[in-house]
Amino acid sequence: MLLQGYGTLLAAGALLTLKVALLSLLAAFVIGIAAASLKLSRQSAAAAIATAYTTVIRGIPDLVLMLLIYYSLQIWLNDWTDSLHLAQIDIDPFAAAVLTLGFIYGAYFAETLRGAFLSVPRGQMDAALAIGMKRQQAFRRILFPQMMRFALPGLTNNWLVLLKSAGLVSLLGLDDLVHAARQAGNATAQQFLFYTVVALVFLAFTTISQLALRPLQRAYSHGVRKAQL
Amino acid sequence: MMELIHAYWRNYLWSDGYVISGLAMTLWLLVIACTIGFCLAIPLAIARASERSWLAKPVWLFTYVFRGTPLFVQLLLIYSGLGSLRAIQASPLLWDFFREGFNCTIVALTLNTAAYSTEIFAGAIEASPYGEVEAGRAIGMSTWKLYRRIILPSALRRALPAYSNEVIFMLHATSVAFTATVPDLLKVAVDVNAATFMTFEAYGIAALLYLAVTFLLVGAFRAAERRWLAYLQPLHHH
Repeated sequence: MLLQGYGTLLAAGALLTLKVALLSLLAAFVIGIAAASLKLSRQSAAAAIATAYTTVIRGIPDLVLMLLIYYSLQIWLNDWTDSLHLAQIDIDPFAAAVLTLGFIYGAYFAETLRGAFLSVPRGQMDAALAIGMKRQQAFRRILFPQMMRFALPGLTNNWLVLLKSAGLVSLLGLDDLVHAARQAGNATAQQFLFYTVVALVFLAFTTISQLALRPLQRAYSHGVRKAQL
Repeated sequence: MMELIHAYWRNYLWSDGYVISGLAMTLWLLVIACTIGFCLAIPLAIARASERSWLAKPVWLFTYVFRGTPLFVQLLLIYSGLGSLRAIQASPLLWDFFREGFNCTIVALTLNTAAYSTEIFAGAIEASPYGEVEAGRAIGMSTWKLYRRIILPSALRRALPAYSNEVIFMLHATSVAFTATVPDLLKVAVDVNAATFMTFEAYGIAALLYLAVTFLLVGAFRAAERRWLAYLQPLHHH
């Protein structure tokens, strides 16, 4: 067979990569909504903390943050258990990787959602209220559909970047797709073949994501004229 | 913390005593990759935005593959993958080139940023206001002149905010270089961590340096936007 008996190992790795990515997406979205709301809120202390979070996190490479947070978490936990004379608690690497990625990408989701909110011209909301819509009605019918036109490309992009960052978790010692390919490649001396398989699996993941999100993007961009080149 | 800085500040900033390392290596990777990537991206973007599908489709495939797969996997393919191929092993020139982690990192970073920049520029070209293009055609400009005088100057300006993001993304992306044993900023942090077990401090110093460079780049691009996108800024009343 083409994969020389390593198909199962690669499939298990791909599944782990996908699980890390999807759970991190969930964590990042929740953190992102919270941080975006804080940044848009009138409470200046909360807004300042949220701004510091999104600015600092987005200013540092995700790989550096992953190594920094992932390995520091365990050391801090060890110091804490030592100081209380407790037995060492080993953090589950999978959970730590998900939380680390979620924490990093929460900053990116926060900026996308905030930017989309601000991209809708103020006059739209004013006009909606002026013709007598209720606030909730105006949000649902006027603000949200236009916000989504601006947010969807960014949200899609954030998800794709997050998905590709999930390909780095082998550097944290997780047995993901890249790890499986490295093992298979080293055992058979056919690294090119197995890394090509990894690339194709990622390409499949990103393709499926884009196909699933495209109808939404089209729906929200209805009626926007483009130039003929 | 202080003794760590005292012992390793040179490694973090520019040299480990033998070769350039740390921040200097990171910036060097960034400058080479972005320069070559930019030069590749302009013609590719024009082809990508073209209505001739034999021009646009191959470029689409290139950007699709490079944007759809992780840079880390691209680097592994080039660094570990190509070396396992007989055709590469048989050619002394290619073998010497792809044996070096630095060369492989440059190739991976350049192709990656070329793919993203192509899409950014192509998007800006496609977003040309139809009036500008029609007006250029109406006064009889050739396609070449239309691109040179009308479409590209305004498209590159419009692409500036997105392109500045791409450059910052590339700064961050250079950190995968350490997996190919290139002594960049992150590699120094990994080595310092291994030597001192001061994990938070070792990675934290690298993180702060990346952050500082990010802020400098953001500031520089903001100044560039003020200059080249002045006509798009909202009016300020003083």
